[in-house]
Amino acid sequence: MATKDFKTEDPRIDPATGELRVLAPGQSFRSVTAKIADIVLTPHTSLGWLMLFSVAGSVATMLLVAVTWLFLKGVGIWAITQPVAWGFAIINFVWWIGIGHAGTLISAILLLFKQTWRNSINRFAEAMTIFAVVCAGLFPLIHVGRPWLAYWLFPLPLTMDVWPQFRSPLLWDVFAVSTYATISVVFWYIGLVPDFGTMRDRAKSKFAQYIYGMVSLGWRGSVRHWMRYETASLLLAGLATPLVLSVHTVISFDFAVAVLPGWHTTIFPPYFVAGAVYSGFAMVLTLAIPLRKFYHLEGLVTDRHIDNMGKVMLATGGIVAYGYGMEVFMAWYSASHWEFFMMWNRMFGPMGWSYAILITCNIAIPLTTLWVRKWRTNLTFMFIISLIVNTGMWFERFVIVVTSLYRDFLPSSWGTYRATKWDYMTYAGTFGLFTALFLLFIRFLPMIPMHEIKMMLPSARVNAESVAEAGD
Amino acid sequence: MAVPREGIYGLVAEFETPTELVIAARAAYDSGWRRLDCYTPYPVEEAAEVIGFHKNRVSLVTLIGGLMGLCAMFSLETWISTLAYPLNIAGRPTYSWPAFIIPAYEWTILFAGLSAAFGMLALNGLPSLYHPLFNAPNFRSGATQDKFFLCLEATDPKFDPAESKAFLEGFRPNSVVEVEY
Repeated sequence: MATKDFKTEDPRIDPATGELRVLAPGQSFRSVTAKIADIVLTPHTSLGWLMLFSVAGSVATMLLVAVTWLFLKGVGIWAITQPVAWGFAIINFVWWIGIGHAGTLISAILLLFKQTWRNSINRFAEAMTIFAVVCAGLFPLIHVGRPWLAYWLFPLPLTMDVWPQFRSPLLWDVFAVSTYATISVVFWYIGLVPDFGTMRDRAKSKFAQYIYGMVSLGWRGSVRHWMRYETASLLLAGLATPLVLSVHTVISFDFAVAVLPGWHTTIFPPYFVAGAVYSGFAMVLTLAIPLRKFYHLEGLVTDRHIDNMGKVMLATGGIVAYGYGMEVFMAWYSASHWEFFMMWNRMFGPMGWSYAILITCNIAIPLTTLWVRKWRTNLTFMFIISLIVNTGMWFERFVIVVTSLYRDFLPSSWGTYRATKWDYMTYAGTFGLFTALFLLFIRFLPMIPMHEIKMMLPSARVNAESVAEAGD
Repeated sequence: MAVPREGIYGLVAEFETPTELVIAARAAYDSGWRRLDCYTPYPVEEAAEVIGFHKNRVSLVTLIGGLMGLCAMFSLETWISTLAYPLNIAGRPTYSWPAFIIPAYEWTILFAGLSAAFGMLALNGLPSLYHPLFNAPNFRSGATQDKFFLCLEATDPKFDPAESKAFLEGFRPNSVVEVEY
């Protein structure tokens, strides 16, 4: 139905399928290689990159200042106290981890479902995952109070003979997040190895040849290697899929295992995972739209990608909306006074504004507009929507953490929460860190997997008829 | 392994399309060549099939790794919670196996994933930064970019510099080059 919006002679439409094209026509192995590799191999660093990098670096310095002060003074510089003992650190942790999940969804789940359109956005979505996990992992580490003792979280044979407590969801988190970070890095690196080989062979300078040669591990494209490589990639995708689902499930257990109105619900795991993918795709769009413009990648990251990501956001946003609805329903249906009060207080209490922002940004705006294909392929609109959804998803975590805690069972212990400048500086600083890492990635690594794009070109297919004829 | 370090490594033919490569590789395999390999800029499954490379052991390595991770974590948790450092947490049994499943599950994935990645590299014999094929003048400008190579290796009993070269030239490649160690 929606295809009627476009005329059939529209060059963006593939006449064979009637869908938007995944790759622009007229590309060869060589042109794809040159396009992607030369972004990195040029000795010329654009002024825009340098300016952005210095801005990002300055913002990241703010993080350094905030964390240094934190280490000197302790977590008292943050707004956390009774009754709201979890504040920005946990909100930001969950938010950043959630952002990372879209990268794994794209690289693993869509690979298993043979959604080849994902090849173009796979690499930088996965880079986004890793940098988001870096930012996320920072928060629990600096939140532990004495971060120099954070290694106590691991089961290590220490001289004190003290061991971790495996019945705590917070410890499950340690294993979930550390596994997630490790597997994401490994999966990403394995994906990069053949492309490093290409970079090594294209690099003009001795230094670049040397470095890319080392990291390519001597990749030479033997088909035996490729077959093992394909098996390993599929297996890693098959492993990363249950992993990514388990990570946000375990994070939701941090809340759901506690006996607290607003946290103690069984809907948390699926709704956390859907929310993570929702915000993650929003972040992929936030990054992909400017990237494809600045590096002229319209032929590789096409309107089809933007359109499909809009559809995924629509679906996961729908699941999230169901989760919000169910929370409200269960608060009423449970017939528990505490549950009912928590929900009423969350919506209409003194911090009800945060719930209003959440519903506006996550439900009201995106879930009404993303249905229209014309808007899903409008870059400005999608860029703005992606920012709105990310704001909304941050507020979702704010609502879960703060509004469940600030008015608990005893009115005498009620309080409020007002973030301090150190909270804001730490949060803003992680944006600087994330952007700086991402800029380094697009300057030094091929941001689109070359060998995966080549596989999608029409010339990549082996003509079975000719092979059969030659055999006779 | 006693690999000769001088003389000819093999003959390498460069093709323009994957179809030509598969035709040549199949003909070589059918006429008895076993020490041969194809080099392509992206995975060409048909090329692996025709040179008799049908299955690999990466899945097995991954399975073993995953089971090791599962057993290691679950027994570590059990040992810590029941023997090394038993704690009374709200009167729950020290052997709370349902709670132990989650870290054990994560370590299954961790070990399986690391085994898949490093097992694949090990089975491929990587990292190996030097390979004689890199000496071929056209290999590095093509094999990782847009050309398709078939290499007949000198260790094959059928190898003969002149005869094998003529054999390869029969498939009309872009070029046939002799590669030195």
